[in-house]
Amino acid sequence: MSLLAVSSLTKRYRRGGKTVIAVDDVSFHIEPGETLALAGPSGSGKSTIARLVLRLIEPDAGAIEFESDDFLALRGATLRARRARLQMVFQDPLAAFNPRATVARVLEDPLRIHGIASRTERPRRIAALLERVGLAADLAPRAIHEISGGQRQRVAIARAIATRPSLIVLDEAVSALDVSVRGQILDLLLDLQRKERIAYLFISHDLGVVRAVAHRVILLDAGRIAESGDARAVIDAPQSAIGKALVAAAPRLKGTTQDAS
Amino acid sequence: MSPIRRFLRTPEAVAGAILLAALIAMALIAPLLFPGDPQAIAGPALLPPFQDWSLPLGTDRLGRDVLAELFHGARTSLAVGLAAAAAALAIGSVVGTLAGFAGGVVDEVLMRITDAFQTVPSFLLALAFVSVVGPSLGIVVIAIALGTWPGPARIARAEVLSIRERDYVASARAIGMHPLEIAFREVLPNALPPGLAMSSVIVAAAILTEAALSFLGLGDPNRVTWGGMIAEGRAVLRTAPFLSIIPGIALVLTVLGVYLAGEGIVETTAVRRGLS
Amino acid sequence: MSALVSIRDLTVTYRRDGNVVAALKNISLDIVAGERLAIIGESGSGKSTLALAIAGLLPASSAVGGRIEWPGLGRAPLLGRDIGFVFQDPSASLDPVMTIGKQIAEVARTHLGLTWSQAYAKAKTLLERVRLPDPDSALHAFPHQLSGGQKQRVAIAAAIAAGPKLLIADEATSALDTIVQAEIVALIRHLVAEDGMTLLFISHDIALAAQLAERIAVFRHGQLVELGTTARIVDAPTQAYTRTLLDAHIGLDAAPLLNRAGLSA
Repeated sequence: MSLLAVSSLTKRYRRGGKTVIAVDDVSFHIEPGETLALAGPSGSGKSTIARLVLRLIEPDAGAIEFESDDFLALRGATLRARRARLQMVFQDPLAAFNPRATVARVLEDPLRIHGIASRTERPRRIAALLERVGLAADLAPRAIHEISGGQRQRVAIARAIATRPSLIVLDEAVSALDVSVRGQILDLLLDLQRKERIAYLFISHDLGVVRAVAHRVILLDAGRIAESGDARAVIDAPQSAIGKALVAAAPRLKGTTQDAS
Repeated sequence: MSPIRRFLRTPEAVAGAILLAALIAMALIAPLLFPGDPQAIAGPALLPPFQDWSLPLGTDRLGRDVLAELFHGARTSLAVGLAAAAAALAIGSVVGTLAGFAGGVVDEVLMRITDAFQTVPSFLLALAFVSVVGPSLGIVVIAIALGTWPGPARIARAEVLSIRERDYVASARAIGMHPLEIAFREVLPNALPPGLAMSSVIVAAAILTEAALSFLGLGDPNRVTWGGMIAEGRAVLRTAPFLSIIPGIALVLTVLGVYLAGEGIVETTAVRRGLS
Repeated sequence: MSALVSIRDLTVTYRRDGNVVAALKNISLDIVAGERLAIIGESGSGKSTLALAIAGLLPASSAVGGRIEWPGLGRAPLLGRDIGFVFQDPSASLDPVMTIGKQIAEVARTHLGLTWSQAYAKAKTLLERVRLPDPDSALHAFPHQLSGGQKQRVAIAAAIAAGPKLLIADEATSALDTIVQAEIVALIRHLVAEDGMTLLFISHDIALAAQLAERIAVFRHGQLVELGTTARIVDAPTQAYTRTLLDAHIGLDAAPLLNRAGLSA
């Protein structure tokens, strides 16, 4: 039984009288503890799929099965309770937090909403979460805008794992970070996956990172699946036109012809 | 530089703050300085100002102390102005947030109601409301708020529409936060600043509306109001113009003070927001 | 090897809430006429401050020490005429209510003394040079009608309209996806070669810089860590920080971080 099974997912937008198909008949599945990457150029529909899977927007057609339940059939309080199992980390951690929030409040929300820890127990749990993502517990009272970008993304991960989810959607979660921080965040994510068996839907435009961290990859082009398979196999020898273009465009440190244009 | 220091370096803001502080001081010390009923007869009728130092601003047609009335009138003006503005901002923010956040039918219904209130001139609305329900301080506050809330509601809605699309609202939904908690804890506090920027204008307008209602005899009859004082003085405008001019000047200075101080606060906080 | 721009002991400090923050500390650097120089660094390294300082675009609240001289020009440079600047976000640098054609023509008219009709003809040529599809209709289009990559092409056309000696691209491809980024980098390389411009390429991406630049300067915390030819920086960095940046690059040939044994499928 797959953890997440998405079939024939379709999402259309109306923009200026024209209908744009953002996601066109997309099907895939994710197993427990697996990383599935969605890669493609901008406008290929990867972020729309992320938001559909999280039910932040509703599809026009298709089905989403999560932990053996019809996820699209859930409503109201049932849906909100189930959200504990399916979390998200955004690209820009500054935009993903209320600008007035403190680290403690950001981590307290999931614990309170899902009744995971009593009021008196929460400070201890928040300290444990901070420690789990490699941050000092005394960061808790600080305002979100005061801490560094890397620290913020660690707090975002702590918030995502607070409810012990089985799947986390990572929407370009390392793209906006400095390279030296990016490696540490990827290590943290892989460590969490190993120890807690969390599955990731890893959305990225960076094929180098996808190849390094994903088990399988789906390459998207204009809302459709162009190619999918084992991450290293697909990226080392892409078959689709978009796959070849993405691989050719990836910046390389060496082996580039300096004066070709 | 802290916002307070920046505020203190803006001459208009300081002038406004001084005017407001004087007004608040007047309102606070009125019962100490002029204990007893300010509407009681204190001396001969129509005594001009600066004649008798126990009655520095003279007396009105009935021999009431103008200075005492002025001090006690400050209480009414300030209380009604602030309460009406606070009520208008509160109603407006809640309606605007709900409309913007819920969207769809809720938005349509709430915004059509807002339209309905906005198409009726707010002063007529207040006039009609007080005429029907009867004049008292609370009713006057409600009457003024009734005509004023659509402005803040529209501003809050526009702000909420933009905030609604931000990642942190998506993030709050993703952790399973209740929609009402998202609306009032995540969205509303961040949608407030533009509405608050209008508050100085709203307070000033509320003070003027209260004065106008009192002038028409629709103020609380048990309280001294500046509008009522002007109305009183109207009958003897030719022979004793000071009776209308003194409360008139008080009104002008109050509205000016509220406006300048409010603008100063908006200006200094806006600069800070722009920098960070 | 004549220097177009000569920077000596450049120090830039900002005032923020009463504190003085140094964005650049004692930078000395020559930009050689005709070269492609990349400035790389992470956030807070001062790389964008350097670009703004050279272009004379620093905010009024900053204090500047040291000198920026233009021996290759022999006079003070004029932004737009002698320096073309391409920003990260083309939406922010293009006027949303002015047609593409007019925005480019205005640069040509102001700096080259052309008439409006000559300037429009020049704008059309420039749109062809930046390979915008259908330049005729693009002249009359507004920025919001174009995609991000197309907008950046327009911004580049406006930047090179007056035939500047120096083209500064400040994270000009960071907001674009990989495919469009590669196209824009190829375009910049082509235009720089054709017009004999000097290029200052500001980027956080060492691999992208290595693909485009002949020399790379590595910045960190407002200081110049290391400067050398691209091959030397990539193959034999002398500074540990440069080594860290190189190691942190995850290319298509990088060793997987993933321990596949961990997955029980």
